[in-house]
Amino acid sequence: MFPDKDAGRENRFEAVVVGVSAGGLKALQVILSELDKKFHPSVIIVQHISPAADNFLPRFLNKKSALPVKQADEKEVIKSGYVYIAPPDYHLLVEEDKTFSLSVDGKINYARPCIDVLFETAAYAYGAALVGLLLTGANRDGSQGLKKIKEAGGLTIVEDPKTAEVPIMPQGAIKTLDVDHILSLRTIAPFLNIQVA
Amino acid sequence: MENLKNESIEVKLLLDAIYMKYGYDFRNYSKASIKRRIEGFLSQSGIGSISFLQHEILYNQVLFGKLLSQLSVNVTQMFRDPDFYSALIKHVIPELKKKKIIKIWHAGCSTGEEVYSLAIILKEEGLYNKCRIYATDMDEIVLQKAKKAIYPIKYIQEYTLNYNKAGGQKSFNDYYTAKYDFAMLDSGLKENILFSNHNLASDSVFGEMDIIICRNVMIYFDRELQERAFKLFKDSLCARGILCLGSKETIRISEYSDAFEDIVAPQKIYRLTK
Repeated sequence: MFPDKDAGRENRFEAVVVGVSAGGLKALQVILSELDKKFHPSVIIVQHISPAADNFLPRFLNKKSALPVKQADEKEVIKSGYVYIAPPDYHLLVEEDKTFSLSVDGKINYARPCIDVLFETAAYAYGAALVGLLLTGANRDGSQGLKKIKEAGGLTIVEDPKTAEVPIMPQGAIKTLDVDHILSLRTIAPFLNIQVA
Repeated sequence: MENLKNESIEVKLLLDAIYMKYGYDFRNYSKASIKRRIEGFLSQSGIGSISFLQHEILYNQVLFGKLLSQLSVNVTQMFRDPDFYSALIKHVIPELKKKKIIKIWHAGCSTGEEVYSLAIILKEEGLYNKCRIYATDMDEIVLQKAKKAIYPIKYIQEYTLNYNKAGGQKSFNDYYTAKYDFAMLDSGLKENILFSNHNLASDSVFGEMDIIICRNVMIYFDRELQERAFKLFKDSLCARGILCLGSKETIRISEYSDAFEDIVAPQKIYRLTK
């Protein structure tokens, strides 16, 4: 079903970073509910969300996923097989030693958490062992970060704008860089299960 | 020998140079944030690389001042996290009413928005006149802004919402005068606040406090510097003194964890047990 260009590279990927904005609740639910329970890389998600949302998203998604889903804590060591969600109103950053940092620096691309901040710091920390995945959304956040992931040798995936609830964010990325894969929402989890796990 | 990436080496050398030349110690700050701030400064100032920036700041103190602001400024707002202020009103204010003098240290006060928010709460609870508020920051430029208490009018709507959510008893516009694009806070809020320079990375205890508030400052520190700050706070609190951290910060990862009990755990309001 998918070209197997990375065959033979066992556990190449340590982490998948995911950026999503408007329409994200459904998209994340579709993907996380289909990720295999043995999925090995850490999954780290920035969803643009109201500052007052608190812990709703991780609790909701934890019920839908075979993998444990939790809010990313300050200084937490990033573990494989876990799904982490950025806390509302904080930027989420990955340190070189694969721990999380938070920041309350100003909004970037009108957003905090900002997808670019996660993607750029993760690209620096993980290099070629990173997958960047950008989903539905109404702004241009994530494109620059995805470009950095590609430059660092990581794999870049964008949701097909045709299946995205709001196509602006994936379209932005497709214009900004030569993404490796453009996948419909329903094929993203199967792709990750086969190619990335 | 650690196998560091080139940019990480450049960041480390820059932070060493800043420390040696100017005494500001960012060496134990979280690297990812500080690297982003340095890169942001590079693109604003048109300087080509971190190594070149290092050379420039050694010889150009004015440029260093600008870099310092970029490295140390914490963006904030009035009544950030309204739930924190409502928890303060409900669980901390009642026990303060018994005290004759209340000493409060607001560490890392930045441009002052949160310390004035606290001042408003204390006024409304009738406690302000008993309070001595020490508001400190390492950056002289933000302290000057904090002392002025003038903020862009465009934020007032958000501050008003926050104030109302926090449980403010009056109308938020009682506390400021609008002039052109700015809102000037009521100067009565400043009376018992002493703004001064203090650096959590290098300075020590300066008084015995009833409350220490340090929110969203330690997220920028590495674990080692966090421990330094936690010890400083523990040593600066009176018996059964209160420590307030940011909602994503916790004393529970610290070796000083046992010295504190929860007052309002989700809002990270703790009490020294001795």
